[in-house]
Amino acid sequence: MATIKLDIVTAEKLVLSDEADFVVAPGIMGELGIFPKHAPLLATLDVGEVRVTKAEEVYSFFISGGFIEILPEQITILANTAERAEDIDESRANEARDRAEILMAQQGDNISFSQAEDSLKRAAVRLKVVQKKRASRGGGLAGTSLDG
Amino acid sequence: MATAREIKRRIKSIKNTQQITKAMQMVAASKMRRAQIQVVETRPYAEKIRAVISHLAERHPEYRHPFIVPREVKRVGLIVLSSDKGLCGPLNSNLLRQVLHFVRGQSVSTDLITLGRKGRDFLRRTGQAILAEATGIVDKPKLIDVVPAVKVAMDEFLHGKLDQVFVAYNEFINTMVQKPTIAQILPCPLPPGVVRMQSWDYIYEPSSEKVLDGLMPRYVEFLVYQFLLENIASEHSARMIAMKNATDNAKDIIFDLNLTYNKARQASITTAISEIAAGSAAVS
Repeated sequence: MATIKLDIVTAEKLVLSDEADFVVAPGIMGELGIFPKHAPLLATLDVGEVRVTKAEEVYSFFISGGFIEILPEQITILANTAERAEDIDESRANEARDRAEILMAQQGDNISFSQAEDSLKRAAVRLKVVQKKRASRGGGLAGTSLDG
Repeated sequence: MATAREIKRRIKSIKNTQQITKAMQMVAASKMRRAQIQVVETRPYAEKIRAVISHLAERHPEYRHPFIVPREVKRVGLIVLSSDKGLCGPLNSNLLRQVLHFVRGQSVSTDLITLGRKGRDFLRRTGQAILAEATGIVDKPKLIDVVPAVKVAMDEFLHGKLDQVFVAYNEFINTMVQKPTIAQILPCPLPPGVVRMQSWDYIYEPSSEKVLDGLMPRYVEFLVYQFLLENIASEHSARMIAMKNATDNAKDIIFDLNLTYNKARQASITTAISEIAAGSAAVS
């Protein structure tokens, strides 16, 4: 089966460079499922989960928005931040969610409310990614890690 | 002539200083290497975002993002990057001299945004208008660390309060050479495009305008982030050189003092012997 090259980059570093069979990314207008030989596409990404399928295995990343460039042989995700599911700090995400919920309950002015809403969303998605990861157990990553 | 004991004490004190400067030199050297690696690690993102923006600008010349449209300059903004800590040779003073020169050379007034303590302190002392400031730059910054300062500049630019924005930083040429540089970020100089006109175009989601609207601020932030990393690499290499010079100077001083100490010791021995000789001559 044909594969497609996937790079996930943030401003700080290259997070992942791997071959994939199928990639799902959180587009701003809905999830994008990408197989090899996809038409060229440039999209804005929302906060969400990137799922990578490679040789029957699925692993996932949390990204907090960004852009995706799709070419027939190559996908590049320019993420604002990216974390692999294994690296998400669950207790921190939990704390962040609680904080955001309290802030939202207090109903401050509009700016802080929408900020709280944003951070609540980020925390919730982070938790979703990490919990799903735990439920599936394993599904680790081939030796392509480029984390420093 | 100082007594032998005094000289001995001075030698010891200078040796202590030398140990400290030597240690600082080592620390700076390893931090510099790390900073250089970090600069290299931003390259994949840099290449991609440049390619995408130049593609967009080429294929959709009819859409002009406010960040790329030049206009009449009535007020200029300057983001000044400097280090929080000193002991890095003439690095900050060279840059800040350049900044003052730039500010005085403008026909319109300049608002400053400072990132780093040294720049802030100096520019405040010289009575410049400082719009915003941030200190506490860590050795391994993330993009998010420059966002507040850049956001101030971008907002002012969008509201028409600033018509041009520059960044002053030290360009890292090599370990020995850092060049104070002032680069324009707004209106944003488009990345040198791949001049060949591609025959295909992307499908855009939601639309090419929206994608470009989202990309441009990221690009500007990213440019400043890269400048900050260069400035940090420059800071550590300048400190390394300054500390190496200090260590070498200490070595020279210790050498001289040792010579003086030995001379003093010899002189006292000679005096002692001649006194003994004179004494015994008087007895016999």
